[in-house]
Amino acid sequence: MKPADIQKIAEHEVDFQRAYKHRINVCTSSGCVPFGALKVLKAFEEAVKEFGVEKECKVARTGCVGTCSVGPAVIIEPGDYLYQSVTPEKVREIVRDHIVLGLPMKENLYSNEAFFTKQQRIVLKNAGKIDPHRVEDYIAMGGYSALVKCITRMTPQGVIEEVKDSGLRGRGGAGFPTGQKWSLVARAHGSPKYIVANLDEGDPGVFANRTLAEADPHSIIEGMVIAAYAVGAEKGYIYIRAEYPLAIQTLKLALEQARVLTLLGDNILETGLKFNIELRFGAGAFVAGEETAILASVEGRRANPRPRPPYPANSGLWGKPTLIQNVETLANIPNIVHYGGEWFAKYGTPRCTGTKCFSLTGKINNPGLIEVPMGITLREVVFDIGGGIPDGRKFKAVLVGGPSGGCLPETLLDLPIDYEALTRVGAIMGSGGIVVIDDQSCMVDTAKFFTDFCVEESCGRCNPCRAGLARVKEIFDGITKGEGKMEDITTLEKSSGYIKEASLCGLGQTAPNPVVTTLRYFREEYVEHVVEKKCRAGRCFKNLNSEANKQ
Amino acid sequence: MVTAEKARVATIWLSGCSGCHMTFLDQDEALIDLAKKIQLVYSPIADVKVFPENVDVTLVEGAVANDHQEEMIKFARERTKILISLGDCAVTGNVPALRNAWVKSDEAVLKRAYIETADVNPQIPTEVPELLPKAHPLHEFVKVDYYIPGCPPPSGVVNYVITELLAGRTPNMEGKSKYG
Amino acid sequence: MSIGTTTLKIDGIEVTVPEGTTILNAAKANGINIPTLCYLEGLTPWGGCRICMVEIHGTPKLFPACATPVNTGMEVITQSEKLREYRKMVVQLLLSERTHVCSVCVANNACELQKLADELGVDHVMFERNWTSQEIDSTHKSLVIDRNRCILCTRCIRVCDEIEGVHILDLKNRGKDSQIIIDLDQKWGDSDYCTSCGKCAKVCPVGAIYVESEALSETKDKHIAEFILSRRNR
Repeated sequence: MKPADIQKIAEHEVDFQRAYKHRINVCTSSGCVPFGALKVLKAFEEAVKEFGVEKECKVARTGCVGTCSVGPAVIIEPGDYLYQSVTPEKVREIVRDHIVLGLPMKENLYSNEAFFTKQQRIVLKNAGKIDPHRVEDYIAMGGYSALVKCITRMTPQGVIEEVKDSGLRGRGGAGFPTGQKWSLVARAHGSPKYIVANLDEGDPGVFANRTLAEADPHSIIEGMVIAAYAVGAEKGYIYIRAEYPLAIQTLKLALEQARVLTLLGDNILETGLKFNIELRFGAGAFVAGEETAILASVEGRRANPRPRPPYPANSGLWGKPTLIQNVETLANIPNIVHYGGEWFAKYGTPRCTGTKCFSLTGKINNPGLIEVPMGITLREVVFDIGGGIPDGRKFKAVLVGGPSGGCLPETLLDLPIDYEALTRVGAIMGSGGIVVIDDQSCMVDTAKFFTDFCVEESCGRCNPCRAGLARVKEIFDGITKGEGKMEDITTLEKSSGYIKEASLCGLGQTAPNPVVTTLRYFREEYVEHVVEKKCRAGRCFKNLNSEANKQ
Repeated sequence: MVTAEKARVATIWLSGCSGCHMTFLDQDEALIDLAKKIQLVYSPIADVKVFPENVDVTLVEGAVANDHQEEMIKFARERTKILISLGDCAVTGNVPALRNAWVKSDEAVLKRAYIETADVNPQIPTEVPELLPKAHPLHEFVKVDYYIPGCPPPSGVVNYVITELLAGRTPNMEGKSKYG
Repeated sequence: MSIGTTTLKIDGIEVTVPEGTTILNAAKANGINIPTLCYLEGLTPWGGCRICMVEIHGTPKLFPACATPVNTGMEVITQSEKLREYRKMVVQLLLSERTHVCSVCVANNACELQKLADELGVDHVMFERNWTSQEIDSTHKSLVIDRNRCILCTRCIRVCDEIEGVHILDLKNRGKDSQIIIDLDQKWGDSDYCTSCGKCAKVCPVGAIYVESEALSETKDKHIAEFILSRRNR
C-alpha cells in the first residue's frame, strides 16, 4: 500500500456505493441494540430481497445518530429520512412504501427537527452514515486522507502548527490546548514515546466516547497515527473500559483493518513511519479515567493517580514522554488536518473553538447524544435541542459535567458553554454529561447522590478525597434523615473548599462541585431541610417513620 | 472578664475517671493565685446540689454517655458563659467511647460488665440513668467554646487556659493540644 | 554532565539548591520546617496525606512539597492562614476516620499524628468520629497490625517494597474502604514471604503496626530507609 492507494480505495468505494439508489442505515450501537436493532437489520435485509430491490438498495449497519430515546433508529438515504422506534414488523411496510413506492412514511419519522438544526457535527459527522465495520466506508467519506496529507506533504512541526492554529483544547474536560501539549511531547527527551487514547468513560449517564468508538472507530485511529507522526511516538494504547464490549469489538476490527492496509505497523504506507496500537481494558473504576491513573493501569498497576509534576508529557508510561488525549480530541484531528486549523477555529468561540459532544439525559424530552458548537447557551441545549421538560413539569436545574459537575439554576441558562464560563459558575466541561433536573427532584438529595458516587469511586490515596468526602456524605445522611444542624451547612462549605483545593487529582478537586453549587444556588432548600425538616420535592425524610417504628 | 468581682467557675464530672479534676488540683501553688480570682460555685469537690445560674466558666470532664449527662450538660450550657471541654473524654469521647464500635454498644457493654464478668449475682442495674447508644464528646450536644485535650491534660495547660480567659485573652492551643 | 542549580524563593527567602530537589528538601536544607506525615526520607514520595501542602505564587493550586520538584523563579509559601487551616483539617479528618484513642494506644507519645495535632493546635475534631471496627491481625510471631489505627500513609508498603524488596504489603479496596493487606490478603502468620524484618513497624507513624511487647518509642526509627540507602550507595 502506498499513500496514493488510499485515494484509489476511496474512488472505488464511491463508485460502488453510487450503484445503489437507496441506502438503509440501521443504528446498531449500544443504545439501539437492546431495542432490537439487530433484528431490524435482519428484517431489512430480508425485506429488500422479498421486494426484489436488493440491487438498488444497500442495507448497512451504522453507529449512533444521537436520538437514543427512540431507537432503533433507521436512516434512509438519499434525503436522510430518520425513522424512529422501528420494529421488525414495521420494516416490510417501510421498504414497500418508501423504497418501492417512493412514499416516505411520515407518521414514523422523527419529528423533532430542532434536535438536529442546532447541532454542528464534526467529530460525529460519520456517525449514522457509515458502517463502522467497513474501513472502505470511512475511506470513501475522506477518511485517512488527512493522514496521507500529513505524511506526504507536511512536516511533524507543520502538523503541530496546524493543530495550534485550530485552537483545539482537550475534550477530556480540563481543556488544555492540544497543540501546546503536542509540542511539549515532541520536544521532550526520551525514547520511545507513547500515545494513550483515553476511552475510559466512567461517568454515569455519559456515553459520547463509547458512541464515537462504535460509530466511527477509524477517526480515532487516524487521529492517533497523525498525533504519532507529529510527536514522534512509536506505540499507542487505547485505554477503554471493559464494560464497553461493542466498542471494544468495533475497535478490534478497525485496528485489524488498519493493520492490513498498513495504516498501522512498522512501515506505514511504505513511508517508514512506525506506529502500532494496542487496546488496554480498564476494570471500571471512575478514577481510572484520570490521566496518571491510566498510566498506572496501562503499566499493569493499580489505577491510582499520582502527583504531578512530573507531567506525562515528560515522564509518562514507563517514565517516557507520553501524549494522553481523550478520543474525542483525537477524532477532531483528521478534520483539522484535512480542512485546516483556520476552518476549525471558525466554529465555537475565539477561546474555545470547535464543537463538543454532550450526553443529554435526565428529565428532558429528547435525550441523546449531541454535538454542538462551543459557546451555545444551556437554554438552547435544554429547550431547543432537548425539547424542554416532559409532562409539563418545571425546569429546576441542570447538572453540567457529570457526577463532579455543577448544578446550575434557571438564572444561568443563558450561559454560553465553554471551559471558562462553566468553571466560573462552579461547573466543569468534564466528560460532557448534561443531566436536566425538574421540580420533582430535591437538590440536597441530588448533591447527596453525586457525593455518594464520588465516595464509592475515590481511590483512597489522598486524605481530602478519601476521608473528607466520606465525612461530607455522613453529613448529608444526617441532613436527609432529619438530624441536620445549621453548623452542618458551614461544615459542608468548609470541607468542600478543602477537598477542592487540597485533593491530589481531578476527581477529588471536582467532587465537591455538586455540593458547592447546590449550596450556592439552592441554599434555601438546605435551610428548609435543616430547620423545618421539610423537603419540597418529597424525596428526603422518607424512611423516617418506618425506621422510627422499627426502633 | 476583668472585673473586680471573682469569676464564677464550675466544674462538671461526666463519664470520666476524675483524672482531669486531679489535674485541676495539680496546679498546686498556682491554685492559690487562682483562688484570688475565682469562686468555685459548683463542682464534685464542692457540695452544691443544683447547678447555679450566671456561671462565667464551666470546665467539663468526661464524655456524654447517658441520658442524665445529656440533660445535665444542656442545663449547664444554658447557665454558663464559657464552656470548656476538659480532657480527652470530653473532647473526643476517649475511653468511654471505645464501646462505640460495637453493635448496640449500650446493651453490649452492660452485659459484658454486669453479666459475663460478674462473679456473684449477675444482673443489669436498673433505676440508674440509661446509657445512650453511643458515648459522645461534649460538642456533639452543646456548643463548646474552648477545648483542652489530654489524658489527663497537663495542669500547666489548664492553668494557662483559665488564666488567659480570666485576662480576657484567647488561648492559643498550638503546642498545647496533645491527646493522650 | 554537571548537575545545575535552581534558585527560588521560599517564604520570601532566596535559596539555591541542586536541580530536581523537592520543595520539601529545599526548605529543610534552608532551615524551613514543613510538616510531613506520609513522606519518609528514602522512600518514593506518596503525596497522599496532604499535610506538606504549600502554595506556589501564581497558581491557584496547592502542591505537596514532598513530591514537587523546584523550578527556577518559583515563589513558595509554606505558612499561611489557609495552609494552617487545611493542615488542621488533614489531622482532623485522619483522627475522625478510624479509631484513634491516644490514651490506650501503643504509640502514645511516639506517634507522629499525635505530635502533629499538638503542634498545629488541633484541640478538637469538628467531624463526628467514625467508630468503625477494623481487623486486627496478631498471628505473626512478633508483628501486629491494628487497622483501626491505620492512616493509610503506605509507608509500610513502600519500605517493604523498596527497601526490603519483598512487597508482601499492599492495599486492597479503594476509598474509605482501603486496607493494608498482607500477601494476597492472608493472615500475617501464614505469610511465607514476610522476612520478619520489622521495617514496617519502624516506619509506621502511628500505632498501626508494632512489635508485640516492645515500647514503640524504642521500635520506631524514622531514618531506617534513609540509613540503609546511604550504606548501599557507599
